[in-house]
Amino acid sequence: MGVLELPVVLLTDALIYLLLLTVLGFALYASRHEHLRAPWRRVGRSRIGVSALVVLGFYVVIGLLDSVHFHPREKDPAGSDAAVYSPEVLSLLDWWLTPLREHQEKTYSAPFATHLYAKERSELPDGRVIRDYPRLRWGGRHLADPYRDRLPDIAWNTLYGLLKGLLCWTLVATLLLWLRARRMGGGLRQTWTPAWAGHTAAPRRSALLTLGIMLVLGFMAGELAGKYHILGTDKVGEDVFYQSLKGVRTGLVIGTLTTLVMLPAAILLGIMAGYFRGLADDIIQYLYTTLSSIPGVLLIAAAILMLQIYMSNHEQDFASLVERADLRLLFLCIILGVTSWTGLCRLLRGESLKLREVDYVQAAVALGVSHATVIGRHILPNVLHIVLITLVLDFSGLVLAEAVLSYINIGVDPTMDSWGNMINGARLELAREPVVWWSLTAAFLFMFTLVLFANLFADVVRDAFDPRLRDAR
Amino acid sequence: MFPATSRRYATTVRKDHNHKAAKQFLMNNACPLLRVSALTTLLGSEDRPIRVVDGVDLEIRRGETFALLGESGCGKSMTALSLMRLLPSSGRITKGSVRLGDTELLELPERTMRRVRGGRMGMIFQEPQTSLNPVLTVGRQIAEAVRLREDHSRDRTLKRVPKLLRAVGIPDPERRSGEYPHQLSGGMKQRVMIAMALAGTPELLIADEPTTALDVTIQAQVLRLLKGLQRETGMAVLLITHDLGVVAETADRLAVMYAGQILETASVADFFARPAHPYSGKLMASLPAPEKRAGALAVIPGRVPTLDQPFQGCRFVDRCHRVMDRCRDQEPAWHAPSPKHRVRCHLWDGSEPTATAGSKESGTKGAAPCDRMGKTVLRVDDLKVHFPIHKGVFRRVVGQVKAVDGVSMDLRAGETLALVGESGCGKTTVGKGILRLIPSTGGIVRFNGTDLTRLGGRAMRGYRKDLQIIFQDPFAAMNPRMLVGDIVGEGLQTLRIEPNRAKRLERVHSLLDRVGMPAEAADRYPHEFSGGQRQRICIARALAVEPKVIVCDEPTSALDVSVQAQILNLLQQLQRDLGLSYLFITHNLSVVSYLAHAVAVMYLGRIVERGTVTEILDAPRHPYTKALLSAVPTVDPDRRCEVIQLEGDMPSPSQPPVGCHFHPRCPETGPECARAYPTETRLSPTHTLHCVRVGEGSQGKSDRC
Repeated sequence: MGVLELPVVLLTDALIYLLLLTVLGFALYASRHEHLRAPWRRVGRSRIGVSALVVLGFYVVIGLLDSVHFHPREKDPAGSDAAVYSPEVLSLLDWWLTPLREHQEKTYSAPFATHLYAKERSELPDGRVIRDYPRLRWGGRHLADPYRDRLPDIAWNTLYGLLKGLLCWTLVATLLLWLRARRMGGGLRQTWTPAWAGHTAAPRRSALLTLGIMLVLGFMAGELAGKYHILGTDKVGEDVFYQSLKGVRTGLVIGTLTTLVMLPAAILLGIMAGYFRGLADDIIQYLYTTLSSIPGVLLIAAAILMLQIYMSNHEQDFASLVERADLRLLFLCIILGVTSWTGLCRLLRGESLKLREVDYVQAAVALGVSHATVIGRHILPNVLHIVLITLVLDFSGLVLAEAVLSYINIGVDPTMDSWGNMINGARLELAREPVVWWSLTAAFLFMFTLVLFANLFADVVRDAFDPRLRDAR
Repeated sequence: MFPATSRRYATTVRKDHNHKAAKQFLMNNACPLLRVSALTTLLGSEDRPIRVVDGVDLEIRRGETFALLGESGCGKSMTALSLMRLLPSSGRITKGSVRLGDTELLELPERTMRRVRGGRMGMIFQEPQTSLNPVLTVGRQIAEAVRLREDHSRDRTLKRVPKLLRAVGIPDPERRSGEYPHQLSGGMKQRVMIAMALAGTPELLIADEPTTALDVTIQAQVLRLLKGLQRETGMAVLLITHDLGVVAETADRLAVMYAGQILETASVADFFARPAHPYSGKLMASLPAPEKRAGALAVIPGRVPTLDQPFQGCRFVDRCHRVMDRCRDQEPAWHAPSPKHRVRCHLWDGSEPTATAGSKESGTKGAAPCDRMGKTVLRVDDLKVHFPIHKGVFRRVVGQVKAVDGVSMDLRAGETLALVGESGCGKTTVGKGILRLIPSTGGIVRFNGTDLTRLGGRAMRGYRKDLQIIFQDPFAAMNPRMLVGDIVGEGLQTLRIEPNRAKRLERVHSLLDRVGMPAEAADRYPHEFSGGQRQRICIARALAVEPKVIVCDEPTSALDVSVQAQILNLLQQLQRDLGLSYLFITHNLSVVSYLAHAVAVMYLGRIVERGTVTEILDAPRHPYTKALLSAVPTVDPDRRCEVIQLEGDMPSPSQPPVGCHFHPRCPETGPECARAYPTETRLSPTHTLHCVRVGEGSQGKSDRC
């Protein structure tokens, strides 16, 4: 196993690639236009902004790794040379985390445990049958005497991870600074000293420190995860750390694709309503007023249930469980988008109403510029900051919405790893004694970090793009 | 105290000799009420502070009106805010002292200072709209101010509110105090603000551009009110303004502020008779006036320097027409041309300078002569623009706002027709209606014989190049996301005049050159330019498509006097060179007298009087025109005349008064005025008006004063 072959492009994968292309295209466009570059430069000058960007970058990398899917090659049982592919669909992340994925226990085990969480009947060599906590199959398997060796081993591995992380960070930091130094035409030293003292315009020290913390944490986790279940295992013995990492993609997809789905409708209808007014405005207003009066959860539940029935009636149409779950995820994005575009649409309508009366639009009309050009050239660029602010602000809300929806069983497919599903799975266990707390904690930890940094980033972006705040400073 | 000559200027013409004497008495006896010395205020960051106020010395005596004059960005408002200790969070006073009577204000703790504010010192602001809380009634807001000052019982506070409202000339105060700010007009709101400031019976009232947002007739009302209150209460007024006319008519003494410093202090009489600083002289010379029609206005090149730099010599050095070598590296000291007149300029070092400031620039010749005016290019016949008022669930039309209600006029080639009127009279709507930026309800707009109102969108596009518009606010008139080159070239591209980008850019460069901007400007964004420069770019954009007619919608009212002169010169130059026709929409009558050939005066959607510029300005016949002209504050005391006070405000265009629209406010009204709208009376081939009184032969006074 391990040869990357027979790639599978899931629907959400395709959309993620599209989104990535859009972002890259926009970045290229923005870098050529001063009025777009200036606010981003302000983001880059903010210490919180760059730190949040680094943390979000780790999430994005994990999400992207998890968005390249393929059928792994399998050894042909018949022994022929013809390539045989497993029906299973894996992602690069799965492949990378194979040990984690395959180290499956029997049932619950606590973080860093060496024994199961439940007593089991086992037979001793001498024939006696006792009820005891059995050793885990993978967690702490290398320890001869788990009670004596476990803590020193964990400490040792942590230290080892720390050193590895620091080493890696030094390498990466030196490389980055060297690249910078080469571009500026100075020595490494000239770049390092001001960066470390915090004298550079861009807060390079903050970025490097955050990067260091993330790398060290990553390496420590990596070192330990190979030998223990650092966040425990769930009911069927799956590693919770692995599940949490897999949940990253689901969260990101919901947070980004939803806005991608709703964006064209919101922008087009919002600007049209504000710019043309009259009948167009009436129709669009009625449309979104009606839509926003339907309870969102109700609409989502109805759509998801309909999809479920469709999928159970047409099981033959789906090649694999992964594909099925993916379709449901996409559908969830679409339906969330349908319920959430009205807010942005309303904002854009208001702004366009204002802009259509602004002198430069009037001047363009006096020059005989057509409606389409006025919208494209004068209105759209001047409402773009609102779109951007809304996008980043909505992101965290959507990530949280996914968790809530999955919790009430109308979210993503139960077979899909997501933080919502983890919380849903852990909910019953919270009532048992001793309590199983780690699934919930893990989901909370990962989600909290993502949402916190997304919110911090959103604040920085909003401050940078809001023209009123810019004047205030 | 005052030299004999100054007495003529010192107050408005509405002199009151008893008051004058009382005031003299007060002034002679009192030490200065407010003494500011070496006040320095910084804004912004520590490492690169902006010195908005830099060593300002002032003295204001009891009962006098002291004017602080200057262009925008010179630190006038910041001085006022420093006195009140109301600076924005990044502002700080680093040096100096402010003594109000015997109290050093800068050393007071904030608690005590709060009692001084609104108590001994009141302040009113430029925008009465934003200074009042829209969700509280006017009465409650005044009552709040009253309660803060005095620990009166509720009853006595409530009794004081109508008294204050009456004091600021608001009729029916009991009813008005129950109304919300949006139910009041701009002038009324400013009166309410004054009433709130009066609640604390202040010794000093700081008025920061109190009438800039108001129309001339309302401005005259408010200034008269301030004068009257000052007479009754004996308070001093610090009047901050950029309007030389307002200063000349209302102030006793003044200080000219430039780049955070005071350049000149003098009594108003002295100042206007003999401005000592070159800047002051130039400011006066750049005011448009009828006698300057023949030549270009004097301009002050460049702009106010940014205040985040250290200055070595005189701050005006880069714009001064009498600059000397030592101006660059030696800061000028104070000199005194006359006992009460002080100026900070090297010219006065030693003896009096040979020639005083204000030498006129005369590079260009007279205004476009009338004989060059050709045939009529634009004829507007009975143009109507009504806006329906919708009400109820089914949005039924319950009425019409008749913004423009039957306007007719002719514009000839090479001519400037000024459309004059107070705000809300529909003059901007006329301009936009002609360009079809707003759909018209009725009437005909003929451009070279073609009726534009009947053209479809596509056919109209063919005429877009002939009719262009320049807007009031140069900051809002350009898309901030576009390069200047693209903005100017937009018309060339859209109307397919120059589809080739390289050639288009070439034309843009020559257009920028034409309006006096460097060609490099094309590669920059609008926010990098000052107001005057932006207005030039807007003119270039309009010129790009080679129009025949340009609607200028108050193109200079957002600009400083010196910049206004630059733009007016440019417009006149362009008219002479290209034979353009301007429809010049404005409320500034001095600009009209300088630039226009014909004038149309609008009131409530209709033109009430029309004629050549001399006919209207020198011999107005309609009572409204007369009142409007008399309300304009002027610098020249000989041309000053009795202000015809108009009572009240312009009525709403949705319910115009029956009969002559103006009769409820008209000082010459008679019973016949309420019967029907007066028909047109033709006094000469060019001079027509709508007034029953003039029509039936009872000749009113025809001169301005």
